[in-house]
Amino acid sequence: MKPTITFGRLWLNTVIGLAALLWFLPILVAFWVAIHPASDQASFSLFSPLTLQNFVNAWHAAPFGRYFLNTSLLVLMIVVVQLILATMAAYALVRFRLKFSGAIFALILLQLMISPDVLMLNNYQTIGALGLRDTLTGIALPYFSSAFAIFLLRQTFKAIPLVLEEAAIVEGASRFYILRKIYIPLAKPIYVAFALVSISFHWNDFLWPLVITDSVNVRPLTVGLQLFSAPEQGVQWALIGAATLMTTLPLLVLFLIFQRQFIQSFMRAGIR
Amino acid sequence: MTSTILTVAPVRPSRLWSMQLYGYLLILPALSFLLLFTHYPAVATVWESLFSAARNGRPAHFVGLDNYLALLDDDIFIQSLWNNLRYALITIPLAVTLALLMALAVNRHMRANALVRTAFFIPSLLPMIAIANLWLFFYTPQLGLLNKLLALFSLPAINWLGEPGSALYCLMAVSVWREAGFFMIFYLAALQQIDPRLSEAAQIEGASRRYFFRRVQWPLLMPTTLFVLINASMNAFRIVDQVIAMTNGGPNNSSSLLLFYIYRTAFSFWDMPAAAAMTVVLLVILAAIALLKFNLLDKRAHYQ
Repeated sequence: MKPTITFGRLWLNTVIGLAALLWFLPILVAFWVAIHPASDQASFSLFSPLTLQNFVNAWHAAPFGRYFLNTSLLVLMIVVVQLILATMAAYALVRFRLKFSGAIFALILLQLMISPDVLMLNNYQTIGALGLRDTLTGIALPYFSSAFAIFLLRQTFKAIPLVLEEAAIVEGASRFYILRKIYIPLAKPIYVAFALVSISFHWNDFLWPLVITDSVNVRPLTVGLQLFSAPEQGVQWALIGAATLMTTLPLLVLFLIFQRQFIQSFMRAGIR
Repeated sequence: MTSTILTVAPVRPSRLWSMQLYGYLLILPALSFLLLFTHYPAVATVWESLFSAARNGRPAHFVGLDNYLALLDDDIFIQSLWNNLRYALITIPLAVTLALLMALAVNRHMRANALVRTAFFIPSLLPMIAIANLWLFFYTPQLGLLNKLLALFSLPAINWLGEPGSALYCLMAVSVWREAGFFMIFYLAALQQIDPRLSEAAQIEGASRRYFFRRVQWPLLMPTTLFVLINASMNAFRIVDQVIAMTNGGPNNSSSLLLFYIYRTAFSFWDMPAAAAMTVVLLVILAAIALLKFNLLDKRAHYQ
């Protein structure tokens, strides 16, 4: 390589690195504010002492433990039910030669363009009529059936050779056994991909939980964080910074562990 | 389709029938949740938008398109719609261009590659409420970093979120920050699928990077660009979290967006007919984008 080219490359790499740093700045600033004493929040002096006290204070200033529990239960419930329902539906669509499977599939796909948060008006009334307002089930119910999960699994199941299933039927295996031993294991990457996308979507969901909840015992993290940050705007930045980082930490850890799968599943997903 | 389960053995009609039943039973749970929380509310919203509100014991009565006509006179609704349109027209091109630049930047042989990619991507993982808090550090009048920066050049402080002229743009910056890294992933995937022999051939022919991008990469990225543009438009009309967290639509409704105004009309003013009519407008917008998607995207999906 000629030296001029290497120099150009080096320069470009530096620019890219600086751009990435600049892009990441909002998170770094929050981090900086969170690990320094509240009295130093305005000065940004390099020699300010480090502290974890803000995290402790934030944790005690609002019921974050409860919020974490709520969000975890909520996300777990939604993702598990979504996967079970979608597996059943996709299997039926692919292998049962239903008379109206085309029409049913079209009905299902409609959900891809109308997301439940747009329909909060009527869903609020429905959940109220079911007596589930201000419950975790009430938040989760509209999301139980995911057109996107059905769509993904249908594509995957379609590609699985029929011969496998025929052989199993000849051996006397039940449908449920076939589903469990052939279809689900072969579609495992799709399950992981959808679960990651769904977890991050529902961990971050805000408007619908805000509308449908009004007590501490069911409020998820996003709503709790918003209530925590809103009233004393501009006053306790250190606490807000600590709380903000705290609430995003589980997702960040999940991302760092599953980095490759995350990026691949978002690529596959296209819809959050 | 000669070999299916049904033809493994001669099938009696009753068995065929029970197969159908079995299949429908498997679909039933998923379908009923969809019907209850997607199809029913969509239809019910249209229906309710044609009725007046039930007030003081008087039942709701049919008013035809009156609720929609009232929307035309609702200045805040018109402003929210206009704001949303501006929001889409400004943030989408910015986010998509940045996404492409990021993907090109990461798709090179560089040692810090994974780190840079992570830095670009992480914002799209965070909850919008958390992101709003991060950006309030920049925007807040007294302690905010942007005003400190201005002070450094002895420029007067700006009340970023408090001025009708700047609040919406401040929200736009937040959206772009969150979305660009997300769209980068799709461009990155598409770039990595381009045959490496193309770039080798271009190098041998002595084509410049710019020429190679313009004549080879950009055309091959077209389906991705369409896909990203359409998804971005759908997202743009559903933005609400950062409005609630950062400005509450203010000042003077200058940062009110469509879904935010629906939320306020429904759950602060409790004006359900108006909110229903607005929801229908939003549904029509989303449906129009979806139709565009089916017509444009699915035809060109196999461009390569």
